[in-house]
This record gives sequence, structure tokens and C-alpha cells, in this order.
Amino acid sequence: MIELSAVRKAFNQGQGNEYWALHGIDLAIEAGKVTAFRGPSGSGKTTLLTVVGCLARPTSGRVRFKGEDISALPERFLTEIRRQSFGFVFQQFNLIKGLSALENVILPAFPTGRPRRELVAAAEALFDRLKLGHRAGARVEWLSGGEQQRVAIARALINDPEVIIADEPTANLDTALSMEFMGILEGFTAAGKTVLLTSHDPLVVESAAVHRVVGMRDGRLTDH
Amino acid sequence: MHPWIEKQRHLIDFTLAALARRKTRNAGLLVAYTLIVFVLASLMLFANALRTEAAYVLAASPEVILQRMVAGRHDLIPPGYIERIGRLRGVQKIEGRLWGYYYDPVVNANYTFMARPADEVADGRIMVGATLARERGLAPGNTISFRSYSGRLFTFDVAAVLSPDSELLSADLVLLSERDFRAFFEYPAGHWTDVALAVVNPLEVRNVAAKLAAALPDSRPILREEVLRTYESVFDWREGIVLTVLAGAILAFTILAWEKASGLSADERREIGILKAIGWETGDVIRMKLWEGLLVSLTAFLLGFVAAWVHVFHFGAAVFAPVLKGWAILYPRFTLVPAVDGLQVATLFFFTVVPYTAAVLVPIWRAATTDPDAVMRA
Repeated sequence: MIELSAVRKAFNQGQGNEYWALHGIDLAIEAGKVTAFRGPSGSGKTTLLTVVGCLARPTSGRVRFKGEDISALPERFLTEIRRQSFGFVFQQFNLIKGLSALENVILPAFPTGRPRRELVAAAEALFDRLKLGHRAGARVEWLSGGEQQRVAIARALINDPEVIIADEPTANLDTALSMEFMGILEGFTAAGKTVLLTSHDPLVVESAAVHRVVGMRDGRLTDH
Repeated sequence: MHPWIEKQRHLIDFTLAALARRKTRNAGLLVAYTLIVFVLASLMLFANALRTEAAYVLAASPEVILQRMVAGRHDLIPPGYIERIGRLRGVQKIEGRLWGYYYDPVVNANYTFMARPADEVADGRIMVGATLARERGLAPGNTISFRSYSGRLFTFDVAAVLSPDSELLSADLVLLSERDFRAFFEYPAGHWTDVALAVVNPLEVRNVAAKLAAALPDSRPILREEVLRTYESVFDWREGIVLTVLAGAILAFTILAWEKASGLSADERREIGILKAIGWETGDVIRMKLWEGLLVSLTAFLLGFVAAWVHVFHFGAAVFAPVLKGWAILYPRFTLVPAVDGLQVATLFFFTVVPYTAAVLVPIWRAATTDPDAVMRA
């Protein structure tokens, strides 16, 4: 479903502080599976997810999504693919303070022009699935860490993407909430979604919900 | 509904929520913004209404007034002078006028006395302006006495109070018969204050004036259009004075608005990063901010303009009236007829709404074009 060939990514290219985060990554990711990227900080896991998730373009190399080369697409098209096909769960959740959980969840669908009524119905269905219906109207800063993460997950799912990208999803959760997250993860694969996540939490990478673990170090794959 | 419209609705919803989240900052800005629009619009509406009022009132006045000059000063028209004008092509009517000023020590004010034909005002009776009637507590049927400059006391019956519609110009007016006028001021028989000429064709007015100046070199023809222009200049000048006084406040607001609009807080930058990461295009973010700028400036414009309208046309422009109306002792009390100059409104709109909206867009353009992956690396 997603293929990377010789993907390299540099930051501040051509400047004194040039830094190469990825050094020639070749990887194929299967659809409908959970793939975890494991490695120490600075190993390039997050950068790899940004490249796969159309948040950034590779400096060189090719990224193919469902057979289409997306590595050189203009920003507008990348944004459209990102909105339609990828849902993101960020490490810090990145919810917008001052808005309710429901408002946060429907935000990614605003550019699609879908009617608000339809969006609210979809968000409420997601809240029910994530057992968060009672908190839909609460402002996100009043929610607990676990609730905030579930809001972030609901937001990632609002446009019904094929791929969920989660960066260190359990970094801010205790064991019970991490287990709960893994349960949600199994629900994703059951629904046929592809999940890419980064983690160095053994609870995640050793979980039965994860189908494949890809090791990374210094911008290179170590085992896959 | 069309997805484009639905999308704009979503963007406006989000913008309103964003504005509500920064209540204090935005409310402060809105108040200052509205106040500036209110002040500018009040000035504009009031000065424009005065100009319109002056034009409206002057419409009934003669096209040309001829004054005789002696040593550069206005002097009386001597007997036989009107006859010397003779027949002029285009002049429909020539009429000698009698008017003068009278100081009333009771209210410390100057009145304008003007003689009218006997069929309008009978001997021993007067008609007075509404302001004067108010100041002296006069009503039709009352009597009032004035001591003339020669020390004689004259008593008049008030026949009528002039219509408040013309109060702007008739505030201090006293209309009386020609015989009473001449007796009261001891005006020499056959003399006139000035001569009024009615010219039907507006294109002929300047020709008539030129002929008058040639025929009577010691005279000064005053055209109605010149009087109107003088009024306009006076109101323009007063408007300018007030604007100059307010320039400091306007400049301070401009700096405040620019600073508020063009400065992006760390929170706003973070939000833009999140929106881009979750699938908003650069254009969506810019459109959202454009809506924000438009909503703030349009609201301020509408609130300010409506408040100015109410202030000028319902409360008589209480704030600016003393400066803009003039320095007469008797302040006319009058209701302005709402008169709006579309071009002026458009200019005010352009200079209040557009710069703010532009100021909002500049920093957003920079923030919105940053890579969306920044939010992952934060």
C-alpha cells in the first residue's frame, strides 16, 4: 500500500546546521496491518511518519501511496491526500484549546464542505464507539489525558481515512490507558485500516495488536 | 447546500469560535475600532447633512445679491440705484432688500431684522425665528418690546413663529414690515441694504454678475453658488479642524490595530500548524483569517456607522455640534434631514475595513505557508 524507495530527508539543507534525518529508506507497508516503528529519540521515526503521511516531502527518493508517486506532488494535492487518506494522532494530542471535544473532532472535515449536521452525527458516532459521548460538549482542556487522546483518535477518524498515523501514542498515558489504546488499535485493524505508529514503549511494540515492528537508528532501518 | 458555501460557513463558525476564545483582546479592539468609525462617521454625516441643509435652504434665496461698496465696505443702496440697473436680459425680478442686526441685551444675542412686504407682515407685527422665540419665551399673540439704537421703545405683536424646518438659517430672524423697519432703524427713505436679483437660467448668472459689475463699478455682486461654496468651505474647514484634533487618536488606534492584527501569538501559530497537519490547506487558513479580519472590521464599521447615524440624526450630533455648527450665540435647535454621500461612505469603508483585513493577512500568509510537519516535531 505504501512503498518507500531510497527516501532521504534533510533539514536546513545547504546551511551550516544541515541535518540528515533519513538516509535511504526502502520499505513496503502492507494495508490493513499495524506497523510500529521502534527506535531511540532522533532515530528518524517521526520524520519517516511525516514523509509517509504527506506532512513533508522527501529530499530525495520516492514515496508511493496505492501505486501513485506522491513524493513530488504540489502542496495542494498533498493536503488533499493527507485529509482524505491519513488520520493523525499526535504525541501531544494537539487539540485546540477553548473548543469543545466535538468541535475539535469535526475540524479536519471543514475543508471538505460536508454539512455540519452530517459531521456532528459522524462525530457523535465516533464518541459512542470510543465511550466518550458524555464528554462531547466539554472543552478539551477540561478532559483527562486519556479522554484527550480519545478525542484526538476521533479527530483522526472523522474523514474515514485508510491510514492512521500515531506518533508515540502512549507516551503520555499510564498502563491502563495504554492498554485501552491497544484495544482501540485492534478495532482499527478489524475495520480494515492501516496503522503506522512510533513507540519505544514495550507495551505497544510487544503487543499482539501490532503486526510488524520496524527498528530504526540514526535515520536507517535496523530490522524489518 | 453547495459545498463551497458550507465550507465558508464552517470557516466562519471556526473564526467566531476563535474570536470568542480571545474575548478580552478582541472586545477591546472592537470597542476602539467602533469608536474610531463612530467619530469619523459622525463627522462625515454631520458635515454632509449641514452642507445639504445649507444647499436646501439657499435654494430659495436669490441667485444674485448686489451690494454697494464704499471704501471697500458694504454701504447702503442709494435712491435711484435700482433704476440704474435697468433691464437686464435673463433677470426676472429686481428687488431692494432691507435688513440689519440688532443686539438684544436681555439674552446677549444678535438678531437679524429683515423687512418683508406688507402683505406678508402687517405694521406693528413681527414673525420670529424658532430659537429666538424659545429664548424669549414668545408665542403667536404675545407682544415684545425692543429699544431701538436711538433709544425709542417699539412694541410688536408676534404674528407667527417661523417654521423650525428652516431653523438653521432663521434661528435669530425677526421679520417685520418695511415701514416698521425704517422707523426702528431710522433708515433713510429710498435707501436699501442690498438688491436681490432673480435669474432663471443658471447659465446666465455669471453674465448677469459681469454686466452688473460693469454697469455699477462701486457694487459687488454676490452669487448664490458662491455663498453655497463658502458654506461648504466653512463646514469642510471645521470638519478638518476636528479631524486634525482627532488625528492623534486615529493614529494611535491605527498603530494598535496594526499591532493587534499583524502580531500572531504563539498559540495562534500552533493552531495554524495543527489545522494544516489535520488537512487544512494554506488557502483555508488564509480564508479563515480573512473572515476574521472582515468580521471584526465589518462589525466595527456597521456598529460605528449606525451609532454615528443615531448620534447625528437623533441626538443632533451632541458631541461635535458646538464645533461644527458655528459660533452663534443662539444655537439653533434643528433636526437634520438624513443625507448620506455614497462616495464618502465608500471611502470610510475602504479606509477602515480594507487596511485591517490586509493587516490580518500579512502575518498569516507567512505562518500558513510553513510546513505542516512542524506540529509533529514540536
